[in-house]
Amino acid sequence: MTEHIAFPQGPIGHVSGRGLVLRGDDIDTDRIIPARFLKCVSFEALGEQAFADDRKELAGAHPFDQAVHQGASILVVNDNFGCGSSREHAPQALMRWGIRAVVGVSYAEIFHGNCLALGIPCATATADQIRALQDAVEADPAAEWTLDLQALSFSDGTTSQAISLAAGALDMLRTGQWDATGQLVARDAELTRTMAALPYLHGF
Amino acid sequence: MSSGTLYDKVWDLHRVADLPGGATQLFIGLHLIHEVTSPQAFAALEDKGLKVRCPDRTVATVDHIVPTISQERPFADPLAEEMLSTLERNCAQHGITLNGLGSGRQGIVHVIAPELGLTQPGMTVACGDSHTSTHGAFGAIAFGIGTSQVRDVLASQSLAMSKLKVRRIWVENRLSEGVFAKDLILHVIRTLGVKAGVGYAYEFAGPAIEVLSMEERMTLCNMAIEGGARCGYVNPDQITFDYLNGRAEAPAADIWDRAVRWWGSLASDADASFDDEVRFDAAAIAPTVTWGITPGQGIGVDERVPISDQLDPADRPIAEEAYRYMDLAPGQPIAGVPVDVCFIGSCTNGRLSDLQAAAAVARGRHVAEGIKAFVVPGSEQVARAAIQEGLDQVFREAGFEWREPGCSMCLAMNPDRLEGTQISASSSNRNFKGRQGSASGRTLLMSPAMVAAAAIAGRVSDVRQLS
Repeated sequence: MTEHIAFPQGPIGHVSGRGLVLRGDDIDTDRIIPARFLKCVSFEALGEQAFADDRKELAGAHPFDQAVHQGASILVVNDNFGCGSSREHAPQALMRWGIRAVVGVSYAEIFHGNCLALGIPCATATADQIRALQDAVEADPAAEWTLDLQALSFSDGTTSQAISLAAGALDMLRTGQWDATGQLVARDAELTRTMAALPYLHGF
Repeated sequence: MSSGTLYDKVWDLHRVADLPGGATQLFIGLHLIHEVTSPQAFAALEDKGLKVRCPDRTVATVDHIVPTISQERPFADPLAEEMLSTLERNCAQHGITLNGLGSGRQGIVHVIAPELGLTQPGMTVACGDSHTSTHGAFGAIAFGIGTSQVRDVLASQSLAMSKLKVRRIWVENRLSEGVFAKDLILHVIRTLGVKAGVGYAYEFAGPAIEVLSMEERMTLCNMAIEGGARCGYVNPDQITFDYLNGRAEAPAADIWDRAVRWWGSLASDADASFDDEVRFDAAAIAPTVTWGITPGQGIGVDERVPISDQLDPADRPIAEEAYRYMDLAPGQPIAGVPVDVCFIGSCTNGRLSDLQAAAAVARGRHVAEGIKAFVVPGSEQVARAAIQEGLDQVFREAGFEWREPGCSMCLAMNPDRLEGTQISASSSNRNFKGRQGSASGRTLLMSPAMVAAAAIAGRVSDVRQLS
């Protein structure tokens, strides 16, 4: 599992990091985080538990367990990724493992929304384009890839693939509006002015 | 659009900025927190590397998960113990006042903030609990929020909010003897339905409201949310000022007159315009009891469970469901329905005047055979005042158990629960299936006086006619 990189904050123009591939359509949220891990007071431990059952079954061969992928942050997936239950724990588990962006063919709507609320871009390309990207990412696990939200491209400096994001999500990511808390904290000067004018804060 | 109402005035005073996307950033004057909805919010704060913006405008207590019989630590329930320890740790770390067990100030969050003088007219008040609407009784804009929003208030002492419309609920005449604020709000919800208030703040006004005590106003505003209205409020007046005068966190003597002058200026203007108004006649309201599985299924104690044909077509499916679940027949009088458990307490009706009203019914009488009846004061302060008046003795002599303060059997988060198909007479605020801790448990909502009457008779009874 990766060391803790800072969680997404504010405007997001690009995400850079090593890639890792999970092949297969319809990877559901029960696989991403099995239900028995949902009874928690905090999300902290979820990172270790991402794909717990798949990883147990593959006994160390799962990409999330391979040494060469520790510290990777961009997931490349196929169709209908994140289908199934709406659990917010699924993107939380991925984020806490270290994922900061996903590139794939398509996503379940609720999963996509939950990722957006965490500042994790979900980019898309066609099935053929994705298969080609998965081959390229797998060929060199040490390569650094960049998902560029201004240029709308996914590239390692050699290969570059045009990608798409839903217009609303793209705007929110680029402006920082996805980060509800960040938006509020950013206006502290105005907050201070409002407080200064409230009689009950100053002895009337 | 409303204008000149208290809601408009307090909204404008607290407006920090207009946000892209159309919402308003609103400063939160008082942030109340408790052990259930705060742990993940504090954790999220830590994840983002943020601090609490205004620890001095944040006040905590523990209420939902506390046992009401033995409050020794560690609690028998490890999850409850973890929630309280987490709250203690978070408050200590961030310099937030925690009114904890044994502090003398612990209790249900919506009971302690008013009695400490923390809730004041003209404030915005937020808490991770839907019954935060209670604080509107003081002429505040008070509303419940979710855990992500608790995170936002901790981090920024503000929230992204959309402005509500304002509906005035105008109540003529006066409530009759034996009829209380609880009956009034159950009557309003039964008339307008549980969804009517969605998108609205309710202003409760008119001659019947003007003579209500602060505790009655709190009961009223507490259940605004059950009618769909996220906020409910009453304009501040002399009754409000007299209540606050001298309380621990209320403005001190040297600034008192200035405070009262500002508070008075917040009341809705005589020529204020509202988005909507509905009128009620207080004198026509009888003690009201919910017979079904939503707070909107209320009827007078002298009425019968409605027959499907009498109901709006939209209300029929849930009525059919309720007949089956509650095991009550359409056309059956509600008076005479036997009960098993009688609970007096909750953020709706756990204050001193509620205990006084119930004690007046219990005095000199005794709980019927086979009935389990218990009284849960809403806070340590309420308990002390009640004991000073000898109310605990009155209840014990009448066969009621006297408990420690907490949310108790309002909801199933502590050891106080119904068992099997038990049916309760309850002074709380929700009668949804399973709400009181048993998947087949049944709840009849009513006023504390009516709960006491039910305990004595062993069945739903008109408190006005008790011998």
